[in-house]
Amino acid sequence: MKLRRLLALVRKESLQIVRDPSSILIAFVLPTILLFLFAYAVSLDVQDVRLGVVLENDGAAARELAAEFAATRYFDVLPVRDRREVEGLVVAQKLRAVVVIPQDFDRRLAAGSRPAVQVLTDGSQPNTASFIAGYAEGVVATWFESRKRERAAIGPTATGPTVALQPRFWFNPEVESRRFLVPGSIAIVMTTIGTLLTALVMAREWERGTMEALFSTPSSILEILLGKLLPYFGLGMLATLGCGLLAVTVFDVPLRGSWGALLALSAAFLVPALGQGLLISALARNQFIAAQVAVFSGFLPAFLLSGFLFEIESMPPLIRALTYLIPARYFVTGLQTVFAAGDVWAQLGPNMLAMLAVGAGFFAITARKTRKSLDR
Amino acid sequence: MNLYRLTALTVKELLSYLRDPKSRITLIGPPLMQLLVFSFAATLEVKNVDVALLDRDHGAWSEELTARVRASSFVDELLPVDGPDELRELIDTGRVLMALELPDDFSRNLIAGRPAQVQVILDGRRANAGQIALRYLSDIADRMNRDLTFELGTIRGAPAFGGGVPPPEVAVRHWFNPNLVYRWFIVPGLVGILAMLLALLVTGLSIARERELGTFDQLLVSPVTPLEIVVGKTVPALIVGTVMGNLMIVAGVFALRVPFTGSLWLLELSLVLFIFSVVGIGLMLSSICKTQQQAILGVFSIMVPVILISGFATPLENMPTWLQIVAQASPLKHFLIIVQGTFLRAQPVSDVLANAWPLAVIAACTLTLANLIVQRRLQ
Repeated sequence: MKLRRLLALVRKESLQIVRDPSSILIAFVLPTILLFLFAYAVSLDVQDVRLGVVLENDGAAARELAAEFAATRYFDVLPVRDRREVEGLVVAQKLRAVVVIPQDFDRRLAAGSRPAVQVLTDGSQPNTASFIAGYAEGVVATWFESRKRERAAIGPTATGPTVALQPRFWFNPEVESRRFLVPGSIAIVMTTIGTLLTALVMAREWERGTMEALFSTPSSILEILLGKLLPYFGLGMLATLGCGLLAVTVFDVPLRGSWGALLALSAAFLVPALGQGLLISALARNQFIAAQVAVFSGFLPAFLLSGFLFEIESMPPLIRALTYLIPARYFVTGLQTVFAAGDVWAQLGPNMLAMLAVGAGFFAITARKTRKSLDR
Repeated sequence: MNLYRLTALTVKELLSYLRDPKSRITLIGPPLMQLLVFSFAATLEVKNVDVALLDRDHGAWSEELTARVRASSFVDELLPVDGPDELRELIDTGRVLMALELPDDFSRNLIAGRPAQVQVILDGRRANAGQIALRYLSDIADRMNRDLTFELGTIRGAPAFGGGVPPPEVAVRHWFNPNLVYRWFIVPGLVGILAMLLALLVTGLSIARERELGTFDQLLVSPVTPLEIVVGKTVPALIVGTVMGNLMIVAGVFALRVPFTGSLWLLELSLVLFIFSVVGIGLMLSSICKTQQQAILGVFSIMVPVILISGFATPLENMPTWLQIVAQASPLKHFLIIVQGTFLRAQPVSDVLANAWPLAVIAACTLTLANLIVQRRLQ
């Protein structure tokens, strides 16, 4: 290996990156948009759910309960006159759910028999539906409890023998989804740069036949590959740095850990990400196929199977086993820890090792495939 | 326009992605595979949670609560810890999602008829799962409280807590998806997203590839008119998009068992409009790009924000108002409402059309613009 040849190759590739507006787009513009969307636009925190309340009863208790629903910060309450209107409104998604306070509500309450409140939700949005169901039960129970206390004229502190849960969210006391979505989205950005961009660039060389031309130069395979990968490694690290700075300064997501840990984690992630890109390009040798495969095996899994949006532990065993092969899985966890909790090396260390191991696997397969196909 | 030339162009275009077995497979295989994998992977239920337990009480009632937590279906393992340090470490390393801390006066307070505190510590890095797990835990606590009032409240002779009226019953019914199977929500959405991705990729590459390979100049000197080129690029992408869309709908209904309650014809009509609008976007992009790499990365830069503001991953009403207005211009947003509606909600004709006309408008705009841009580039 000669340093001068390597540097020349790195310089050639870097110039190619700088001169192509599309790599700037993917490394800097898209991340900014992505972080912005995750910080301000897209949120998993349920709010302003459009809830219809059907008040079939004019009694004081029924109206009190309806007011209780209107007072919560999660619901946007719309009064509905008739329960027959309701279904149409839910189908048209004008309402996400409806609470029906039936005609006999006050009467049964006064008579000491148990009244019923109906909650009808739009099950086609399961997440919102289950939230509404749980929250509505809470509203009814709280309302009933405070009413009972008023009636019995006992102080608000005397509650009897009850288990009182005092939840505390560590690392994220306000429970804001951007605290974990913004760090997680760095994994998406890095997958795009590491896997998609690299796969495309290498596939283009194969497609045009310039890869063989490079092989016929005095440079060794190692020099050629390093010359290709190092610039993208640098681009990835720059993008992490950019994303980190944006997150901290503009999007108000504090970095509790150290920059060193963040960069070390990203460097460890780029190994399997670049390895995957390289492997895809070596197998596909065609930009269209490489793009398809990179999106379906790199980008979408980073989104859906990494624990970024969906809990890995809740997935079926077979898919859970599959996630161990997805480098983004370790990266997302690590990023969320570095940003929210700090440098927890007991967790970051194993994650980094796992990423390096997956990366080594990708490179080993690529090495075998490349040698074989050159013989052909 | 000459029908013969148009057919030739269409066949040529279709062959460019179907001729080679590798690209044939990558066109059809990954979307179907992803539909299967992701529809099982994406779930917002919380299962197999590990919980740390710091019990300083070891009384009858703390044992009771522990037993109930251990027995509940969302918990996988209950890990007893001896001190706060060990608890902190389990949370810090992400080993557990949740930790319970029962103070030493837990049972004593309950027996004395007083409330007893439980500290619930949740991992804020996984706040979403944490909130759901907390909901499950409150259900456990509520049930226990009901039993407590019954067993302890009456003994203490406190009728206000014990006897009297139980709280109103809350009868919940989830329409369209009674058991809240998440797959029923995700499959129709994925059909829209994957069909869009394919159609965008195919059209995005079409002109850029010819330009990169130099065959575009050959097209220009051939007798085809610019309009024929645009139509010749639109039709094959439309065929690929709708055929793949339908394949995924069939897979969703028969392999993944998602109920289909609405009108298939209306869905087909909307799918065609949707693909048209996407193809328009793809063609515009393709005519601007000089290389395939630019086109692919361009497709990507469009796809990601469009998916994020479509209401697929997060509800639309969580977005700020200005962004909800921007989202109106996204074909995916309208199509998602239709595809989810026709699958699950037996959407009536009027509702489908209410979301289909924006698709038609978007399609008309993007195709006209694409046509203008391509024509200008050709001159």
